[in-house]
Amino acid sequence: MKRFTITMFMACMMLTSLIAQNAGPALDVYFSPVTAEAATPDNEGFIRRWLLLEPIDKPNRSNIVFTDSYLREAFNTEYFKGQFTIFPKDGQKVKVGKQKLAWHALDSKLFNVKLFRFASGLEKQIYGVLFWAVTVIDCPEEMTNVRLAVGSNSGSMWWLNGEEAVILSGDRRMVKDDCTSKRLTLKKGRNILRGAVINGPGMSDFCVRFIDEKGQPVNNFTITTTQPKK
Amino acid sequence: MKFSKLFIGASVFAALMSVQTAEAQTGQPYIHDPSTLAECDGKFYTFGTGQGGLISEDGWSWKGGAVRPGGGAAPDVIKLGDRYLVIYGATGGGLGGGHNGRILTMWNKTLDPNSPDFKYTEAIEVAASDGQEDNDAIDPGIMLDPNTGRLWVSYGTYFGFIRLIELDPATGKRVEGNVAKDIAIDCEATDLIYRDGWYYLLGTHGTCCDGVNSTYNIVVGRSRSVEGPYIDNVGRDMLQGGGKMVIAAGDRVAGPGHFGRTIVDEGVEVMSCHYEADFNQGGRSVLGIRPLLWKNGWPVAGDRFREGTYEIESERRGYALELAVDFTRMKQERRAWFRMDPNEPVVPIENQKLEEVIGEWPKDDIEVRIGDYMFRPHQRWTITAVPEAGGYLSNPYFKITIEGTDRALAATEDLEVKTVPSFTGADEQLWRIEQLIDGTFRIMPKAIPGQEGVNKKYVLYSVADSTPTLAEWDFNTDNSKWNFRNH
Repeated sequence: MKRFTITMFMACMMLTSLIAQNAGPALDVYFSPVTAEAATPDNEGFIRRWLLLEPIDKPNRSNIVFTDSYLREAFNTEYFKGQFTIFPKDGQKVKVGKQKLAWHALDSKLFNVKLFRFASGLEKQIYGVLFWAVTVIDCPEEMTNVRLAVGSNSGSMWWLNGEEAVILSGDRRMVKDDCTSKRLTLKKGRNILRGAVINGPGMSDFCVRFIDEKGQPVNNFTITTTQPKK
Repeated sequence: MKFSKLFIGASVFAALMSVQTAEAQTGQPYIHDPSTLAECDGKFYTFGTGQGGLISEDGWSWKGGAVRPGGGAAPDVIKLGDRYLVIYGATGGGLGGGHNGRILTMWNKTLDPNSPDFKYTEAIEVAASDGQEDNDAIDPGIMLDPNTGRLWVSYGTYFGFIRLIELDPATGKRVEGNVAKDIAIDCEATDLIYRDGWYYLLGTHGTCCDGVNSTYNIVVGRSRSVEGPYIDNVGRDMLQGGGKMVIAAGDRVAGPGHFGRTIVDEGVEVMSCHYEADFNQGGRSVLGIRPLLWKNGWPVAGDRFREGTYEIESERRGYALELAVDFTRMKQERRAWFRMDPNEPVVPIENQKLEEVIGEWPKDDIEVRIGDYMFRPHQRWTITAVPEAGGYLSNPYFKITIEGTDRALAATEDLEVKTVPSFTGADEQLWRIEQLIDGTFRIMPKAIPGQEGVNKKYVLYSVADSTPTLAEWDFNTDNSKWNFRNH
């Protein structure tokens, strides 16, 4: 079944590559399907394995509106059922207004997750968009006093285990370690990390990692997009 | 010269009028020819010409009370192991008097005159001048070479040469067979320091002991060898009168002299001196403590910190500390440049005003972040001294509030920062501001809720480009550093 899923994904990717030839680089230039092996952060601690939802239509002609108040309202609006609790399966679809959008489990080939190329590679809307991303940080032990460090284009908001961790307001460009959360605790076992990125015109992307008290990357955990064991 | 020093020394110790100012050390910091600062059991000490010196609990507020027998002029002090070695010139005189001076040393286990261990050893002569030779044996400055463990003393005045001798750090006596070496002319009140492979000879130049008209200033040369030659920044030997300026008159103080270096922390240094005249304190000779900066390998005095309204700029990326509130856009008539009449009068745009935005701000605590500086009200911080809160070596504690409001920056129990609606005087709302050796600043809360005592560990820190926090002081990262810019 898993092999079938991967085969289908690769077939879709090849098809997408062909379709996207005139639209820009194909999805597989930036992403690969997740493998069965657990992923780990890269050498700098960046988290590359994510479930990404196809972009929600959220028209904004300019990013100047992305104040804290605007973002809190935009991100706390429920666009689909279970928005703050769902841990979706690869390929699962949600309904947002008239849109039917699918989740994709992907590994980014870069330290950052290029949402713009995710959307263009799937021939989806690229501007005036709102993306949702979710992944699982699986820790062998509790880790205290770590910080979630985020860069995003443009505004974004991130939650760890359902609690707001950090907001990036304003018309932002993606910068490594642009904003961090306060000191957090990663519990032993599964930690759900969820994010939302909004953009008007611009090449949406984000980079996320955990850093320790000395600003060094936290690496000793695995990353998964699989469902929890029942 | 020596007579003048003694006279002024006696005068300043007799003077007891208290003057409060946020611009210089407070209390009764009256002294002439001060030694390098010494720390003993949490208190600071400096000795001057005459019998005694000053004591401070915190480095900011000073009063008389330090005790040094022997009289004479211009002592220096150094801690060697668990003892303090005090060195001084026993005789007076000066340019218009005799020049038969003597340099003496004596030990004490403590500098606290109230301690049962407080007892000076008998003074030992380590150098002398006969009154005729090209040297005046007063004004000693002492240095322990961190590379070799050898103990060196420079001494002398304008009357001839500045000389270098070596003492035994175990006894405080002159090393047997040591021959004094001439290392400079045309200065007095010298001191030796070492940093990064260089030995520095600091000398006081100009005219001493003339109050508000004293032109005393401190100059420096450096050498790869403690024995010289000490060369200035344009290649002049200090034996030929060379020297690069470290500090001179300015900011209503005149006549800085008698340099002393104190390392507070890695990257945090101050220099002590006296000002022959502090205009704000009636022209008295007072203790001065200034940030010590290192610029291209040369020491230079930093300016005294001025209260005012500033951007607080993070050295990490250059963004500004700000309230985490919605950015309020300013209105502007926008037209394409080619549609504008170049002869149309130019109408300046006023800055955004506090009253235009404050109504949108939360009334309770507001988080802080770091962002693009746009000289908007949520980014303008007023730094005001809080004299009743005490201080530290270089400054009093300050409150940091948003301009035009009482909203104050505060440390939190979880080692973060926020603003509170009103300044209450609580220790976590008081900030220690020190200029670093590279010219930037560190900013430390006086206290952190839930932690006992005065905070000496955590500083305002850019943990990310846009996120401030409190973290342990580390000079080797720009995350720890800030600039105050009034623009």
